Amino acid sequence: MGFYKFLLSRVISFVLVVFIGITTVFFVPRFMPSDPVEAMIGKMTANQAFMEPEAIITLRETLNESFGLEGSIWDQYVGFVKRVIVTQDFGPSLASYPNPVNELIAKALPWTMGLLLVSTIIAWLIGNVVGLLAGFLKDKSYSKAMEAVSIMIYPIPYYILALVLIMLLSYIYPIFPLSATFQGEGFSWEHIKSVVYNSILPALSMILVGTGWWVISMKTLSSGIAEEDYVQFARLKGLSERKIMTKYVLPNAALPQVTMLALQIGTIFNGALITEILFGYPGIGTLIYTGILQADYNLIMGTITLSIIAVAMATFIVDFLYPFIDPRVRYK
Amino acid sequence: MKHWNFRLKLGVFLLSIFIILGFIVPFFYQGNPIEWGTYLKNVKPNKEHIFGTTSLGQDTFWLLAKSIQNSFIIGIIVAFFATLIGVLLGLWAGFKGGIIDRIITVMTDSFIVIPSLPILILLGSLMQGKASLFMIAFVLIIFNWPWPARQLRSMALSLSERDFISTAIFSGQNTLKIIVKEIFPFVAGWSVANFVNTILVAIGSESGLAVIGMSSNEKATLGTMIYWANQHQAMLSERWWWIGSPVVAIALIFIALFLVMTGYQQYSALRRGK
Repeated sequence: MGFYKFLLSRVISFVLVVFIGITTVFFVPRFMPSDPVEAMIGKMTANQAFMEPEAIITLRETLNESFGLEGSIWDQYVGFVKRVIVTQDFGPSLASYPNPVNELIAKALPWTMGLLLVSTIIAWLIGNVVGLLAGFLKDKSYSKAMEAVSIMIYPIPYYILALVLIMLLSYIYPIFPLSATFQGEGFSWEHIKSVVYNSILPALSMILVGTGWWVISMKTLSSGIAEEDYVQFARLKGLSERKIMTKYVLPNAALPQVTMLALQIGTIFNGALITEILFGYPGIGTLIYTGILQADYNLIMGTITLSIIAVAMATFIVDFLYPFIDPRVRYK
Repeated sequence: MKHWNFRLKLGVFLLSIFIILGFIVPFFYQGNPIEWGTYLKNVKPNKEHIFGTTSLGQDTFWLLAKSIQNSFIIGIIVAFFATLIGVLLGLWAGFKGGIIDRIITVMTDSFIVIPSLPILILLGSLMQGKASLFMIAFVLIIFNWPWPARQLRSMALSLSERDFISTAIFSGQNTLKIIVKEIFPFVAGWSVANFVNTILVAIGSESGLAVIGMSSNEKATLGTMIYWANQHQAMLSERWWWIGSPVVAIALIFIALFLVMTGYQQYSALRRGK
């Protein structure tokens, strides 16, 4: 019975959290001083010599309809919630009309996912290895040095590191490009090469910061576990230090780290926002930024809603799976 | 000073350098450090201008001092109010339980789930780079109270099971008094660490926004300094003192705050005899 009660309360809070998030996202852009439809009509009439007043009125109506800006704010809100839940369609983009928002997101998503998945996983792997060594061999001078380096790098914001890397590797030693430009298309060798080349610098800035965090948390975990009784027992049994580290300490310290990794992957959308903007990387971050600069309601709401649902989903799944992974935790 | 560890010492030392730079050094400067054209433009660091001057004709050193001041003011205001609101709501929720707890929990969870950075960028663009520093601080408070609230709720949950709390309830004390007098002393150490951490987060968010031109562009903060330097191609034209000084300052301030936070945690653990 405890389990179903737990599941039900998790589901209810998931729904509520997503609902409140979506509501906030809906109302905030409505307070924008600029009216996107008027701005677009202005752009059109500026390009054409003359437009009939009647034509402008019909144009305004069509635009209002296709952007879901018709009726009272309440009607718009109900329509928005319905669209998000029933059709998952965010309508056309206002700035690059008539491309649908879903298509723009679908185009940008693989870039962000690729960049962040790769850099998160690399940081996780390096950070855990270094952290395990630093925690288990905490009296060795090199493990102290590794910890000191990660403590110095971790607190620095990732966009500051990005700026330092740009300074070092794009100006002083111009190895990498200043802003992303891609050659070729599809699965050609040329294209893949240019994608990797352009992604190294933004990825590096996030790997550096990420690694520091994983080192610190893994070090804390593993040095705590290394003092537990069963580790002492293994030592008395005469097992090698290496075996104790990999078979006794690692599995227990890895549990929370896996959970944290899952949570991090859920928050991937916001992860690289400023980095993407600084490097001109064509991902979700740059998309949100252009959407906001151009007062593109549909685009803003589409991207932020997606990110809210992803984070809420990740929290939900982690909460739910945790007792399966770690037997010490019970549903309550 | 007995339990002061190396981290705490180094952190406090670094931090005090920046506090002096931000809050005492500006007194020695007559005039407005952000005013354009006060000096010759693009002067390299020399005796008169130890950090050189910017392409806008400001002295980089005085501008940096003023920027550090403003960044710290934002950080401290946000950290104070976010911690205060978070601690009170979190303790209240954990202690009272029931419907109040449910409402506060759902609110904190929703605010944690909403990605704050895109919304901050959105609000920044709403105000078109002309927001006042207090407006930015206000928005940052809204996004930073849920973390302490969530943590302290769980602390209050376990604390409220203790005997002395029941004694306090049965002796008829009111809730606010119990929270402030009986429960708060137990979480005070954690709140200090959280306060320092929130300063760090707030300075980071503001400068992040400012770097892309979404904060108070006309005010001097570390982030807007980077923004203007970027706008004037400081890197391309090798005016490294202009872009370099705020970048290095932010990095060092963050390291200092982090050292103080973790050092303080070690310090209070030692004082408790662990």
